Amino acid sequence: MAAAENPAPPLLAMRSIGKKFPGVTALSGVDFSVRAGEIHSLLGENGAGKSTLIKVLTGVYTPDGGEVRLAGTPIAPASPRDAERLGISTVYQEVNLISSLSVAENIGLGRQPGKFGFLNWPALRRHARAALARLEIDLDVDTELGALPLAIQQMVAIARALDMQAKLLVLDEPTASLDEKEVAELFKIMRQLRTQGLGIVFVTHFLDQVYAITDRLTVLRNGERVGEYPTASLGRLELVSKMLGREVRDEEGHFVQGGKTTANSLTDESAAPVLEARQIGRRGAVHPLDLTLRKGEVTGLAGLLGSGRTETARLLFGIDRADSGEILVRGKPVKFSSPRAAIALGLAFCSEDRKVEGILPNLSVRENIIIALQAKQGAWRTLRRAEQDKLCAHYIQALRIKTSSAETPIKNLSGGNQQKALLARWLATQPELIIVDEPTRGIDIGAKAEIEQLIAKLRADGVAVLFISSEIEEVIRNSTRIAILRERHKVAELSGEEIDLHRLLHEMAGAGKPHE
Amino acid sequence: MKWPEPANRMNKSWLASVKKSPAVWPLAGLLLLGLINLIFSRNFFTVTELDGHYVGTLMDIFKNASIVLILGVGMTLVIATGGIDLSVGSVMAIVGATAAVMMKNGVNSLPSVIAVSIGLGALCGLVNGLLVSWARIQPIVATLILMVAGRGISQLISGGDQVLITNEHFNYLGNGFLGGIPLAPILATVLYLAVWIWLRRSATGLFIEAAGDNETASRFAGLATGRVKCLAYVVCGICAAMAGLLEVSYIRDADPLSTGQYKELDAIFAVVIGGTALSGGRFNLLGTYLGAILLQTLTVTMLYVGVSSAVAPMPKAVLIIAVCLMQSETTRRWLGRKFRRAAT
Repeated sequence: MAAAENPAPPLLAMRSIGKKFPGVTALSGVDFSVRAGEIHSLLGENGAGKSTLIKVLTGVYTPDGGEVRLAGTPIAPASPRDAERLGISTVYQEVNLISSLSVAENIGLGRQPGKFGFLNWPALRRHARAALARLEIDLDVDTELGALPLAIQQMVAIARALDMQAKLLVLDEPTASLDEKEVAELFKIMRQLRTQGLGIVFVTHFLDQVYAITDRLTVLRNGERVGEYPTASLGRLELVSKMLGREVRDEEGHFVQGGKTTANSLTDESAAPVLEARQIGRRGAVHPLDLTLRKGEVTGLAGLLGSGRTETARLLFGIDRADSGEILVRGKPVKFSSPRAAIALGLAFCSEDRKVEGILPNLSVRENIIIALQAKQGAWRTLRRAEQDKLCAHYIQALRIKTSSAETPIKNLSGGNQQKALLARWLATQPELIIVDEPTRGIDIGAKAEIEQLIAKLRADGVAVLFISSEIEEVIRNSTRIAILRERHKVAELSGEEIDLHRLLHEMAGAGKPHE
Repeated sequence: MKWPEPANRMNKSWLASVKKSPAVWPLAGLLLLGLINLIFSRNFFTVTELDGHYVGTLMDIFKNASIVLILGVGMTLVIATGGIDLSVGSVMAIVGATAAVMMKNGVNSLPSVIAVSIGLGALCGLVNGLLVSWARIQPIVATLILMVAGRGISQLISGGDQVLITNEHFNYLGNGFLGGIPLAPILATVLYLAVWIWLRRSATGLFIEAAGDNETASRFAGLATGRVKCLAYVVCGICAAMAGLLEVSYIRDADPLSTGQYKELDAIFAVVIGGTALSGGRFNLLGTYLGAILLQTLTVTMLYVGVSSAVAPMPKAVLIIAVCLMQSETTRRWLGRKFRRAAT
């Protein structure tokens, strides 16, 4: 029996966890285990099920099936508080503390020592000092939390989490807003906790960090577990191909050639650039990079989650202000202070976040389609109702938007049809450059094919397209040129014959880099 | 992971069909009150002619509702952007005091009094709008500033005292008749029509609804959401100015402390009862119109039924709570479940 070789059960054992939401299977039959005294990374792209699994573990969701054991005992946490009591503590990306309270108060919040509603202040401070001492942090516990740097706040959050008799610490993207030095500090603490026998689940998008600190890793994809590996035995390239679902063919690392199309041969260096970005960057978002988007070309932007794809698009469209570099539109330098200014110059941006940045949920399909064009024209040059109806009828038919009528609130449409209506919104402005960020996410295969056809048509019509997608084959299929981002740097640009899956994965993973 | 979208869930229930026409609730309330009055009070519906003027309870209701009607126009727009304006009562006092002081000092030209008043209202609205859209202060806090400060400003203007208004041309605004019907509600109704045509014929109405429905998405679609919001507050300020003129003209006296007192609350109630959600988005001017009439009818009905004016706010509060509950998604879902369970 296996138990003979490994008598101690793992600290955490989740067995065949399933979780369904209406219309979506978020997790199916996922196993996940963490040993005491290890740092275990949970990896996967969007929709892999990472956050659902974490939420099942921390009691936010109740699983539909499966079993969770902590130190051999079956548990079923009903709430985050419950999970905390059982010994599972979580620190989220955003620090969930109260910045106007002191460090001691934050650590003690919700479990203040004292009687009859009166606080026992000395005990509270003692408590906080002990919790910080465990992490070897020297800090005045009476300091107001908000006055401390973010990294220290993050550590206070960890101290608070560990204050209870924690056995397992879940760190959900704790490094997303930290700089390199702060990350190093955090790693020091993580290593120390590891030697104290704690199990740590570490969720991050940065592969460098995975290789720097984790002992083992589990890869999820589409709600299923791909596998569990010792970190040292898995190369970057293999890891990325497992995350993306592209299998390595043989020992030398040759790949199955992925869906090359005619689009790849349409690179045209002579075409007029619509937009040129020169060394454009923003601290904390993306390092300075060059990008030229030409008429009649589809430029793909490839990279793993968190590599800076959307951040780049936001800089180009004037949503975030760049703090370095310049943008030229049709050869003229421009300064965008808002999307409005970008739209006036013929740009369009179809956001990846349909719900928050795309639809006007309670307004009709018609209103959602005409809004950008109407905003471009201004309130006084109103589109007559007959024109609006004609425009909508045209796009509903051309993009095959399935809706009972143009007057239906857009929130009643399926995701794919919402997406098409949003594309229609931008096409109606007759843009010279359209940025599409994950246009096919979460929509059915038929609609995906239609959106890809539409992109091909836009290219043929001489529109410049910036195509962002985490589906790598989709990027290859549609792009005439591909810019590759890794960890917020542009690392390569491939065009024409250079485009192939192997090189792309190689660059995305940073496979040339050594790992521990 | 893709999130489940609960959009279609409500569609089939009967509550959803009611949701589609928000004016239904105030209309139902009006019918109910009409019924009560038909039974309990004599002469409620009687309109008689006296000296060429139509008089009766119905006329009084319309006349007394005019101020809230006018405030409701601006408040509807502000609430549609997802904001609120608590300062309208104080703006009424500022404008009322200014107009009264102007006339006391011999400026008797009606157009200049009105122009200055409306300009002042617009300025107050602009201050609110800039605080909300440019300084990004929460609307409730931003407009609270002028709500409190406005009383002081109006005292400053009036010298701390009530100012009598003896200009009968001016007092005609609040007390006159046109074709036998009180002038004030006619002015209010014309205002509704004008604003409605402006908002629906130009794209302004759409912009306001878009900015209130999803501000981020609207900004990404190229809308100057800040300017749109600001505009709503300016319109609200102008409406408050008109309401202020009407009130001091009706009373023939501007009182810096009591002019427009608690009127912001009535205006907000009228908008909410009328089916424009406080969370912003779709607005319904007809609903607000009916809501304002409903509030006034309720006040009068309670008077008729013999509820003392001291207790009168109670039933008002119950009405507002009931409407707000009906508008909340949680209550509807809960009620929907109850009904479904009862049906099976």
